[in-house]
Amino acid sequence: MTASTVGLEKKGPSGEQATLGRYVTNYVAKVRGGDMGALPAILGLITLTIIFSVARPVFFSAANFANLLSQGAAVTVIAMGLVFVLLLGEIDLSAGYASGVCAAVLATLLTTHGFPWYVAILGAVVTGVAIGVVIGLLVAKIGIPSFVVTLAAFLAFQGAVLLLIKGGTIISVDDPTIKKINFDGRFTPLQGWILYGVTIAALAALQLWKRTSRSRRGLAVEPVSVVALRVGSIAALMGVGVYVLNLERGRNILFSQKGVPMVVLLIGILLVIWTFVLGRTGYGRHLYAVGGNKEAARRAGINVDAIRISVFVICSGMAAVGGIITASRQASVDPNTGGSTVLLYAVGAAVIGGTSLFGGKGRVLDAVLGGAVVAVIENGMGLMQYSAGQKFIVTGVVLLAAAGIDALSRRRAAAAGLR
Amino acid sequence: MTDTPLLEVRGLNKSFGPVQVLRDVDFSAYAGQVTALVGDNGAGKSTLVKCLGGIYSIDSGEYLFDGKPVSVHGPRDAAALGVDIVYQDLALCDNLDIVQNMFLGREIKSGIVLDDITMEQKAAETLASLSVRTVQSVRQHVSSLSGGQRQTVAIAKAVLWNNRLVVLDEPTAALGVAQTAQVLELVRRLADNGLAVVLISHNMNDVFAVADRIAALFLGQMCAQVSATDVTHSQIVELITSGRSGDLGLRQNGATA
Ligand SMILES: Nc1ncnc2c1ncn2[C@@H]1O[C@H](COP(=O)(O)OP(=O)(O)OP(=O)(O)O)[C@@H](O)[C@H]1O
Ligand SMILES: [Mg+2]
Repeated sequence: MTASTVGLEKKGPSGEQATLGRYVTNYVAKVRGGDMGALPAILGLITLTIIFSVARPVFFSAANFANLLSQGAAVTVIAMGLVFVLLLGEIDLSAGYASGVCAAVLATLLTTHGFPWYVAILGAVVTGVAIGVVIGLLVAKIGIPSFVVTLAAFLAFQGAVLLLIKGGTIISVDDPTIKKINFDGRFTPLQGWILYGVTIAALAALQLWKRTSRSRRGLAVEPVSVVALRVGSIAALMGVGVYVLNLERGRNILFSQKGVPMVVLLIGILLVIWTFVLGRTGYGRHLYAVGGNKEAARRAGINVDAIRISVFVICSGMAAVGGIITASRQASVDPNTGGSTVLLYAVGAAVIGGTSLFGGKGRVLDAVLGGAVVAVIENGMGLMQYSAGQKFIVTGVVLLAAAGIDALSRRRAAAAGLR
Repeated sequence: MTDTPLLEVRGLNKSFGPVQVLRDVDFSAYAGQVTALVGDNGAGKSTLVKCLGGIYSIDSGEYLFDGKPVSVHGPRDAAALGVDIVYQDLALCDNLDIVQNMFLGREIKSGIVLDDITMEQKAAETLASLSVRTVQSVRQHVSSLSGGQRQTVAIAKAVLWNNRLVVLDEPTAALGVAQTAQVLELVRRLADNGLAVVLISHNMNDVFAVADRIAALFLGQMCAQVSATDVTHSQIVELITSGRSGDLGLRQNGATA
């Protein structure tokens, strides 16, 4: 191993000596030390894909791939919001039904009152934000544990959905714009490739810019090979995705179905925005600080209460977006929208992706990776004709396993003297 | 020796409900000097420094900084004066790295975006200026640091902000011999750089190794503030355990000598 004082002295060993091999060794050490990051989710995703593809070849078809994305979208978005709550070591059990309430608000505004789509969306999101403010105030200012507040909200929101849609009828949502979101909105193959090109170019530019500005200031940088490998593998994966989604998946030549679903772009935008907020703003930094050590954050002058309220606002706000996506997919809202497994799948997605239930550790990307795992399980087991009961049990076990990995890696980190 | 203390408190009282923890405490600290604050467990040392740092509000008493009366109602007020406290329970975030901890609450930004590069550079410079060579990378998570390294980070954080008074609450309590020596050396360097340093410690060797002045608390009362050269080891021990030593310390009626 070369030099042991990376980055401390200005002219200390930097990029030139940091090799790919060394980078890999560090990564392995990190994983062994209990910081597994996204590894379990990625391994799980690969394993499950292989199993299901072998058992049911249709799993690996273009049509099913598009279906899977659309199926998992709402849970993924709700999970993104939950990541913020989990980062503080709190929980929001009402996120599922909050999405239901917001979807019901959307449907009522659209269908019952005939408002245009943007008013309906605004109404749904404002409802979500308001829900978050109330939950946040109850937790941060009154001091009721979030578990209890959101458990109460879980029941109350279930009631609210029933009241909003007048006791169990189904309200249809057939506004063409809303339906574009996650029902029939697709980019043309050309648009798909342009979006792909722009994304990859932006990613590569960002990575290079970061690297050059660091090395210009004499700070340690990642080896070029690592950056190239990262950008390259993302480009390859996404390229395959776009290619498959651009294949014709309609059964009837008159109803051509090809192209990247629009919901993919929506998820991509949300991922970028929230990743930026968490990683590159003072607010994000303070959020991690409060999740890691509330007292230290308080002493550093951080407004802990404001941060605690804000995460519930983000969570419920994202639940509202999830509700809109669900309403779009179902083209309707019913008393079960946002109910049954939605919350558990969303929590599962965040935790499977690598967000800790103990606070202080997590990324928005975790929700996307974990959301993919959950969607694959749900979809694959459906194709294999397992019953709902069996699916619930398997998903429950997977969530437990993820929480177990989370708890064990914490213990491992403690044993390795990392805590 | 400067005549006006950088920080002085007079007649400070502090109670937690019915329990009076600090009684008419006078205390001063001078720029360029290490003032050791000693006392038995529960004497009120941590409480006193938390009052200085604005964590606890004081019930009564005067707080003077640079000879001028000031009012300190929270950690921000203390920070504005240039008072920083490195707490016994270190108050670092395990899940953040060294740079992130050093700049916590006072991040450098360009627009709304964190300027991580500048922060990393400044953190590295500060550590280098304190001749800290024990940490591998400033991007290491604090959870992976040893006790001495954490202490170093906490102290470096205090230095980074050009503070004028740094209080260290038992910085060497959990450290081995080598790390203790390193931290004490760092403490001395802070004072030599012109800062006023207050050091709380139970270890008399440490106290006599670095302190210019010694202040002894006994059951919430200040029993002596003396120059380290004027007292012996055993006198200080006596002050800590009984509040008196010869003509030093509390009289029977409780007044300070
Ligand atoms: N928040 C509080 N509420 C009530 N009593 C407290 C509080 N903090 C401290 N005390 C009491 O005040 C007294 C002084 O405590 P303090 O922590 O200041 O002692 P110390 O001198 O720092 O002791 P040590 O050497 O063990 O750190 C103790 O009797 C303690 O029980
Ligand atoms: Mg103490």
